[in-house]
Amino acid sequence: MDVLLDGFAEALRLLLTGDEDTWTITALTLQVSLTASLLALLIGIPFGTAAALVRFPGRRVLLAVANTGMGLPPVVVGLFVTVLLWRSGPLGGLGLLYTPAAMVIAQAAIATPIVIALTAAALQQIDPEFLVQMQALGATRARALLALLDEARLPLLAVGMAAFGAVVSEVGAAQMVGGNLAGETRVLTTAAVLATSRGQFALAIAFGLVLLTLAFAVNLSITLAQQQRAPVR
Amino acid sequence: MGVPSRVAAVLAGLLLLVGCGAPPAAGPSAERSLILATTTSTQDSGLLDVLLPAMTEDTGWAVKPIAVGSGAAIEMGRRGEADVLLVHSPAAEEELVATGVTGRRLLVMHNDFVLVGPATDPAGIRELPVAEAMATIARSGSAFVSRGDESGTHAREKQLWEAAGVDPDGVWYRSTGQGMGATLRVADEAGAYTLSDRATFLAQRDGLRLQIVNSGDARLLNIYHVIEITPAAGERVQPEGAAAFVDWIVGPRAQQMIGEFGTTEFGEPLFTPDAGKTAEQLGG
Repeated sequence: MDVLLDGFAEALRLLLTGDEDTWTITALTLQVSLTASLLALLIGIPFGTAAALVRFPGRRVLLAVANTGMGLPPVVVGLFVTVLLWRSGPLGGLGLLYTPAAMVIAQAAIATPIVIALTAAALQQIDPEFLVQMQALGATRARALLALLDEARLPLLAVGMAAFGAVVSEVGAAQMVGGNLAGETRVLTTAAVLATSRGQFALAIAFGLVLLTLAFAVNLSITLAQQQRAPVR
Repeated sequence: MGVPSRVAAVLAGLLLLVGCGAPPAAGPSAERSLILATTTSTQDSGLLDVLLPAMTEDTGWAVKPIAVGSGAAIEMGRRGEADVLLVHSPAAEEELVATGVTGRRLLVMHNDFVLVGPATDPAGIRELPVAEAMATIARSGSAFVSRGDESGTHAREKQLWEAAGVDPDGVWYRSTGQGMGATLRVADEAGAYTLSDRATFLAQRDGLRLQIVNSGDARLLNIYHVIEITPAAGERVQPEGAAAFVDWIVGPRAQQMIGEFGTTEFGEPLFTPDAGKTAEQLGG
């Protein structure tokens, strides 16, 4: 129990004194995971929308793959991305391994199936007649689609939160493709693992608490935006 | 204001926050960086945190240390995924050298492995030569926890079992597949024996009830070599970086830092600098 209390005290100290290493680590965590989430949304929402609205060959397979991908172990994604980015690998010439860019790629790969599957589920909930009605009212296809996404805004924001939650909390891929380099690719999760293996448990718990605070701040911002326009019932 | 633009505004705000809160990127100012594949013990003990900034200052090479087990580090070297290795698994190192992808292989430092266990020493191994101690643990069925991760420490443990004439198997023998720190905790909770490098044990002993119960045998010597990887391993290997690292770590400044590391925190040095010596001189 002492360790937990020490962890709380250490977290407060790190945050209040503006410890430089902690800020670097926290800022990088936010940058990497937000960028990866946005990338996953950019790729995943069109695919998820298509899977929900358009009948095309392989549609169910895409959905099944995306649903399976929601349980994709980060460490497996990390391994694939590492092998691709190895000096001897197909993308080795880019020199991306052990950089934040590599972490963004791996985390986006983890989050994209989540976005596809949840977007499709969110849009399929909406009355299938909605698009037809919009078009009957004279809306172009594009306008009708935007209206549909607007109609589904609450679940879509939840999709964003799920994606961010999945990547900000993972450690396997970040460790493998980032290498946990101090000041370069160390994020809160890999810092917590290192502190644990050094026997610095209070520090590890402090990093965990900073991570929770960060996730809370991001989700609070999105939730506020979400609930502002939620219909009150 | 539509929802997409609202969300964009929130995210932009968050990113702005990040930008303001973050100090300028703390990355190395050096333009050239090399990859060092090394063992967890050099990172977990904190040695690299002391050495690497000094190396960058002296040579202009930034170092990306990838801390994995010695087995994985040697494999990275063989594939040309690292420029230089700092490892402690002599038999595996010699196999790597035999493949012809390495340049210089030089002695850097040593410490020793220690057998740690409960203070009560249930198997009674305190005064025994280490091979006999291992055999006694097996015979008495006392719990033993193994790294089981092909690290340098695990490789040494297997050699010791071989020397003891024991094939470790049974309910008394457990394998964690984890690093030294985690394995020490498991042994501590289980009241078991385990083999540890002295540096990691000293760095973590505050939280542990385990004690050193057997040490000092010549078979427990733990020698760290630095190994240059050449472009024969892969075309993107940087031989100049490897040479700079090797030259620096056997040089006077690094050797002095290694000899002093740990004295203030643990009351004794964690490593003994050995540049210029041979393994035979150390008795290994």
